[in-house]
Amino acid sequence: MKRTGASENTGAARAGEGPARGTSTPADQRRADADGGFGSHARDFARRMRSGEFGPLPGVVAVAVLWIIFQSLDQQFLSPRNLSNLSVDIVGTGMIALGLVFVLLLGDVDLSVGSVSGLTAAVFAVLNVNRGMPEWAAVLAALVVGAAIGAAQGFFSARLGVPAFVVTLAGLLAWNGLMLYVLGASGTVNLPEEGFVHALTSYYFREEAVAYGLAALSVAVFFLASYRDSRRRRSVGVMYRPLSVIAVRTAAVAVVAFAAAYILNRFQGLPLALLIFLLFVVGLDFVLRRTFYGRKIVSIGGGAEAARRAGMNVVWLRISAFMVSGTLAAVGGLFLASRVAAVGQTSGSSILLINAIAAAVIGGVSLFGGRGTTWSVLLGMLVIQSIASGMVLLGIPTPMQSVITGGVLLAAVVLDSLARQSQKAHGRA
Amino acid sequence: MSAPLLAMRGICKRFGAVWALSDIELEIHAGEVVALVGDNGAGKSTLVKVITGVGPADEGVIEWNGRHVRISRPRDAQALGITSVYQDLALCETLDVVGNIFLGHELGGKAILDEVAMERRAQELDVLESLSMRLPSFRVPVASLSAGQRQTVAIARALLSEPRLLILDEPTAALGVRQTAQFLDLIERLRDRGLGVLLVSHNLGDVKAVADQVAVLHLGRNNGFFSVPTTSQEQIVSSMTGATDNAVTHRRDRWGEVLR
Ligand SMILES: Nc1ncnc2c1ncn2[C@@H]1O[C@H](COP(=O)(O)OP(=O)(O)OP(=O)(O)O)[C@@H](O)[C@H]1O
Ligand SMILES: [Mg+2]
Repeated sequence: MKRTGASENTGAARAGEGPARGTSTPADQRRADADGGFGSHARDFARRMRSGEFGPLPGVVAVAVLWIIFQSLDQQFLSPRNLSNLSVDIVGTGMIALGLVFVLLLGDVDLSVGSVSGLTAAVFAVLNVNRGMPEWAAVLAALVVGAAIGAAQGFFSARLGVPAFVVTLAGLLAWNGLMLYVLGASGTVNLPEEGFVHALTSYYFREEAVAYGLAALSVAVFFLASYRDSRRRRSVGVMYRPLSVIAVRTAAVAVVAFAAAYILNRFQGLPLALLIFLLFVVGLDFVLRRTFYGRKIVSIGGGAEAARRAGMNVVWLRISAFMVSGTLAAVGGLFLASRVAAVGQTSGSSILLINAIAAAVIGGVSLFGGRGTTWSVLLGMLVIQSIASGMVLLGIPTPMQSVITGGVLLAAVVLDSLARQSQKAHGRA
Repeated sequence: MSAPLLAMRGICKRFGAVWALSDIELEIHAGEVVALVGDNGAGKSTLVKVITGVGPADEGVIEWNGRHVRISRPRDAQALGITSVYQDLALCETLDVVGNIFLGHELGGKAILDEVAMERRAQELDVLESLSMRLPSFRVPVASLSAGQRQTVAIARALLSEPRLLILDEPTAALGVRQTAQFLDLIERLRDRGLGVLLVSHNLGDVKAVADQVAVLHLGRNNGFFSVPTTSQEQIVSSMTGATDNAVTHRRDRWGEVLR
């Protein structure tokens, strides 16, 4: 599921005729010997596994295993209806987890995201429903509150040096209390059915052409982007992906995209919520991997001292990451409110936080900072939500679900730690 | 001989009541490796900080190519063409080789990185040639590199700005025997290219192997400036430890005077 990109160009051929250097060095020779095809890719894969760079593999395996198990226990699990619902259910928590990725990349954690999502959803609901504010203005207010909370927490942690987990733990309690206060006596605010926030999770593109068209479009964009990148690399004489590898990768993307479109079309079509979520995943992935800003965030997590000496404004960058986290918590809160068409006392519960962290870590975001992509969240959410959905189908009680989710989180963190250790050992060897 | 690349005269630096450096003289010519040695607390790191602008001197004159200059901020040193690699290397573990080399100096447009251009530039750095032979690609994270390879990355980063003077603080402390040998080869290549190199080291073996001159500090003062090929290791050791009343030191003192 991982998006391709120049920055993770793995073992591939090197242009023999590139204008890089006139003379042929041993390195050139070596690279020329290594065929650009599957052999070098297989070797590179083996090296990554040995050195603890598991990438999305554990998540993919987990999804496959879970789906096989649940499907064999209950034929309804892989039905279009269940999978379509699952694809909408992942969005609210997934948005929260996307914001959390920014903070996790720093090597920090934001424990307040669940409470922030509840508070901002309450702000939206009260302003819009109780006070009659236009919907767009209330949405904007909710996002601003989320960003402001993030800025405040970031300030305490980055500027004043209070450990982030303490600041955000205080936030977890405080923002939840504030949410209850904002909701007031009634305790629950129902969202109007005609509102666009309500539509966020209830609107489906029923025309089959939409899902198929978007699948085709993404495959085409994926191929063209890979192809252009590869050609440019070849022309300047750096390692590039040969056409055969690009073709295989494109085919894999096409299979996933069209299978998803086919299944979604067999229920109610492409859910708007899923489309928005995927756009966020792609957009934020671009920000993190291809922009100066994203590179700075990643490098702080991988070595704050290195980043500081390289002249980065580490304090401001940290604060900004907490602002992203707060804002996306607000976005997630709106989707969660939309899903149940209400904001109530139980909004923003701590299970949200656990699920968001678990999703990020299961998908391959490191708690030690500096490692992970937004695609990790999509994968991790599929694991988390599959467990939840499968257990509902099997009639397993909610408390047991919590136990299992906790266990999965622990397993993911253990894997993360082992990966780090093995990478260290590999490096020092 | 032409004017030295860097000349320092009468450098003084105090921390409260402690004179970390008093009346220090140092000269480094282009195409020359000068080792800076001394016991713990002798003032080596303090002197390096004076040169890099991290901790400017209280008194003294610094000349760059015979011209009087003032180095009061790190940026001043960078503008002159002085870069340094610290002992801790300050690499970003999770970024790949290319990402580390360009850390803080990424290539690209307004907001978007140009990975291809960076990878290409990295490939053209001949410092990295030894690295590229042993790695599957420059896209492996630095965390999985060996100590010597990490050192190479740090030096490549320092060389990116095409400096005139490279300062290395305790560069071989973390390296094994073979890696140290490779590293010393690299220093020699840089010297032959006309760089001035200031090598801070505790390891006299390395100093003997690669340095042209050695400057000894003792308790914040100059305690000799020797030409390496004509000086024995014992002479350097005794001036590092401050022994002054034996024949060896007398000989060394004469040498020191002649060279200065
Ligand atoms: N920031 C500081 N404040 C006060 N004293 C300092 C400071 N930095 C260095 N000193 C003092 O200056 C003297 C020289 O220290 P310096 O770190 O330069 O020694 P060094 O030669 O690098 O030693 P080492 O081999 O241990 O690295 C020491 O006495 C040290 O205590
Ligand atoms: Mg020191």
